[in-house]
Amino acid sequence: MAFDAEAVIRTAHLARISLPAAEVPAVAEQLERIMEMVEALRNVPTEGVGSMAHPLDLEQPLRPDIAQNPDRREALMQNAPAARDGLFLVPKVIE
Amino acid sequence: MEWEVVIGLEVHAQLNTATKIFCACPTVFGAAPNTQTCPVCLALPGALPVLNAAAVDKAIALGLAVNARINRRSVFARKNYFYPDLPKGYQISQYELPIVGQGQLTIALADGREKVVGITRAHLEEDAGKSLHEAFPGQTGIDLNRAGTPLLEIVSEPDMRSPAEAVAYLKKLHALVRYLDICDGNMQEGSFRCDANVSLRRPGAPFGTRAEVKNLNSFRFLEKAIEYEMERQRDILESGGKIIQETRLFDANKGETRSMRSKEEANDYRYFPDPDLLPLVFDEARIASVRASLPELPDAKRDRFMQQYGLPAYDAGVLTASRAVADYYETVAMGVDAKMAANWVMGDLLGALNKAGLEMESCPVAAEKLRTLLQRIGDQTISGKIAKDLFEMIFAEGGEVDAIIASRGLRQITDSGAIAGLIDEIIGANPQQVADYRGGRDKLLAFFVGQVMKASKGKANPDQVNALLREKLKA
Amino acid sequence: MDLSEASLRELRDALRSRRVSAQELTRFYLDRVAAHNPALNAFITVTEAAALAAAAAADGRLAAGEEGALLGIPMAHKDIFCTAGVRTTCASRMLERFTAPYNATVVECLQAAGMVMLGKLNMDEFAMGSSNETSHFGAVHNPWDLQRVPGGSSGGSAAAVAARLVPAATGTDTGGSIRQPAALCGVTGIKPTYGRVSRYGMIAFASSLDQGGPLAKTAEDCALLLEAMVGHDPRDATSHPEAAGVFAATLDAPLQGLRVGVPEEFFGAGLDPEVAAAVEAGIRVLAAQGAVIKSIHLPNNAHAVSTYYVLAPAEASSNLARFDGVRYTYRAAGVEDLTDLYQRSRYEGFGAEVRRRILIGTYVLSAGYYDAYYLKAQQVRSLIREDFRQAFADVDVIVGPTTPTAAFALGDKAQDPVAMYLADIYTIAVNLAGIPAMSIPCGFTAGGLPIGMQLMGNYFTDGLLLNVAHRFQQETDWHRQRPALASAKE
Repeated sequence: MAFDAEAVIRTAHLARISLPAAEVPAVAEQLERIMEMVEALRNVPTEGVGSMAHPLDLEQPLRPDIAQNPDRREALMQNAPAARDGLFLVPKVIE
Repeated sequence: MEWEVVIGLEVHAQLNTATKIFCACPTVFGAAPNTQTCPVCLALPGALPVLNAAAVDKAIALGLAVNARINRRSVFARKNYFYPDLPKGYQISQYELPIVGQGQLTIALADGREKVVGITRAHLEEDAGKSLHEAFPGQTGIDLNRAGTPLLEIVSEPDMRSPAEAVAYLKKLHALVRYLDICDGNMQEGSFRCDANVSLRRPGAPFGTRAEVKNLNSFRFLEKAIEYEMERQRDILESGGKIIQETRLFDANKGETRSMRSKEEANDYRYFPDPDLLPLVFDEARIASVRASLPELPDAKRDRFMQQYGLPAYDAGVLTASRAVADYYETVAMGVDAKMAANWVMGDLLGALNKAGLEMESCPVAAEKLRTLLQRIGDQTISGKIAKDLFEMIFAEGGEVDAIIASRGLRQITDSGAIAGLIDEIIGANPQQVADYRGGRDKLLAFFVGQVMKASKGKANPDQVNALLREKLKA
Repeated sequence: MDLSEASLRELRDALRSRRVSAQELTRFYLDRVAAHNPALNAFITVTEAAALAAAAAADGRLAAGEEGALLGIPMAHKDIFCTAGVRTTCASRMLERFTAPYNATVVECLQAAGMVMLGKLNMDEFAMGSSNETSHFGAVHNPWDLQRVPGGSSGGSAAAVAARLVPAATGTDTGGSIRQPAALCGVTGIKPTYGRVSRYGMIAFASSLDQGGPLAKTAEDCALLLEAMVGHDPRDATSHPEAAGVFAATLDAPLQGLRVGVPEEFFGAGLDPEVAAAVEAGIRVLAAQGAVIKSIHLPNNAHAVSTYYVLAPAEASSNLARFDGVRYTYRAAGVEDLTDLYQRSRYEGFGAEVRRRILIGTYVLSAGYYDAYYLKAQQVRSLIREDFRQAFADVDVIVGPTTPTAAFALGDKAQDPVAMYLADIYTIAVNLAGIPAMSIPCGFTAGGLPIGMQLMGNYFTDGLLLNVAHRFQQETDWHRQRPALASAKE
């Protein structure tokens, strides 16, 4: 099971991380070694074993439908890289 | 050879809870950008979601109303993709285990038949924020007030076979969510959005490749979009081409659909159960509590109206199309003739509202007032014609029924002596017509009735005028 | 009294009796930070003015007769906890200029208890690492040997406590990140039962594995800190309704009859002989106190690392998607379009290890691989939990080494991610199961490097672990050793 350049590029695009072309082979090799370590899992017998998504065997708590959050726009947007008139700004998106 | 269209609809109904689905921010429409946000719905680092109880109850209500299986245990999953109006980089939704399972909705077709449309599932998820592309040159502005508003995604089976059926289904579902008071159904504001999956096949053949038309926000657009798709796909198929499975947008100005640029291109959503949320589990007691608080549903109400008020199916259908109209009618119908009440509500009242561009919720004539008006017809205080004028007056300017009847002297004239007197005057003034009538021109009766009514300023009781005129005109 | 050596109880007594004021105590520790942090790089941010103001407020509360165990005592938070008005970086360029607009629940709890925060501690970037070498703000140095790693990801927390720059620190543990640095730095740290410490405001790495916890010089100190940190939080849906607990009151319970399990799998190949010897000696100390020692098996522990390196990156790849250059993070300069904004901001904002884990996580969740890796890993996770369940049917506490070796040299494993991952072999299974575990000092190598012994307990036995650790520390003095750097008279 090879983690080749194409897999790296495809995965990087899904994750929205741009990798310089020069880095791809090294990253592919590292990821392949990690996947090799992980491969051993596939041989563990798990017939009929349940899936453990969570350490807690609890149920979802529910919250009452009561508005509580005041307008804190300024504080919450203070770290915005680009904002104007209360809007976050990004380069124009064409749909 | 004929083509058969296969249509499935996905509706996103915004639930009208007071707060968002995973945080306590208010959900009021139209607030200044980003003033209804908090660390959770802004996806600040370290923020965590907590589920809104009311959203759960509203989903259960919808499930019960469409006779669906309610899944006692359901799981939230993350749908991962990048878009600026999706602050976490994933949408919390439900994937393998939704809260509502298989159900159905019965729709009425134009020819009077009924059809059962299957509902595959309904699940809870959160809405994204809004992208404003025209705000600033070269930039898009992001407003996250809407991010986190609860949505109920209702997926139908691909059971519809014509644009009309699709519209009927959507209208029925729209009325239902408003009946249940789980969604305000405001399509212009985006609280009830519809995506249509459309494909063609030869009758009896397997389903063809479908195209998805997104974000249709009116019944008319739905109809037009499907019609366009049918034609577009037929043209392709008949010239030997293949339909591409893709997402398309409806251009209302041109009446066409066009392919959406790459937003959904090859998206691998990498669904997995959200580890910040535990499985949603509830017991019979919760379901029973929601069931107990359900209002009478449209179909049941329609059937009851037919029974209780002796109305034909069509009238009952119109009067129960919305809960507000149905409640209004029932108040009007208390102690007056049911059919008369139906005609007045369906005709005069809804007509006046329509003309004024008003919804029932803003009706200027209280139901009790209309009832009083109808009672005054019933007890012969005023004539039907006068009543219509009086109604228009009250609709436009307000006022009380009895007060206006008194102040404008609208009481019907029922005194036979007075009517006889008027008739004698008219007869005396129109000897030629009297002669012609007595000579066989029966149609002239209407002329005489008209003259008497005019002379009485419309207030003479028409039945009495009619009867007395016939007597006096006898040769 | 040597303020840098005092326990929390001793500091509290000194404050209450006015032998020292909170402001003096804070000044004392701030001076130590100023003197030694340059060599250690344990702190990313020091909040001197705010600390002195908080100390003044604490003095007011003390004067009014308030009696909290932690009132007026200095501490520092791992820079993974959001602190309102204070830069919170997660040791990443991505959040280099991020001022948190709200407090994590853990921060609120300790603030309410009157603790005085001196600043934010260095860590591996986004908690991904076992050596504190992936920080954007530079590596942290082990106070026992400045050429060696302190462990990670809570390397700054462990180093700061070991060097006596603070008497208490918070950390987080996803695969061993409190216990392993505690072991490598010769201090005490505990990862509580999953769900006992609120994750609200604790920047998420792997949601079903992360837990916050304290590091300090002793088990007794950790007990006092943990009591203030646990509790149900309605803002965290994964917070246990019965999370609260008292731990200090039961520290002295005798160990007579305590059943101690020693996993055979933890003493195989790969374990440094000096570490093995120190841990075995530690086990004999417990036996001498009346504990009954028996051999147990954790057969699926061999798969723990593989399981973890599917699940943790998978959750992380999703948790870190919000760091996108749009609302509050680093944004690359001169971006041409939205895709460019995302891709370059994330490439430049994240370090290499974080990028690697995001890619692995994205890969194992992607179409065609979900069943083979993610689902499979969740099943093996069940098996690992089952191993513990069976073990705890026979024993009360499981004891073993925390790490296979003592602190390694800076740069040693940095180029070899897999070697780094395999070093977590003893700590990871605990997080997968969600049980509590702690590390306490139990010896030194011939070269003078600390060795840690790990105690693991069943769910909600955090108090028992602290009790066992405390009794061990009453019979030994490994925890009282301090690095030469810490003995400098400043």
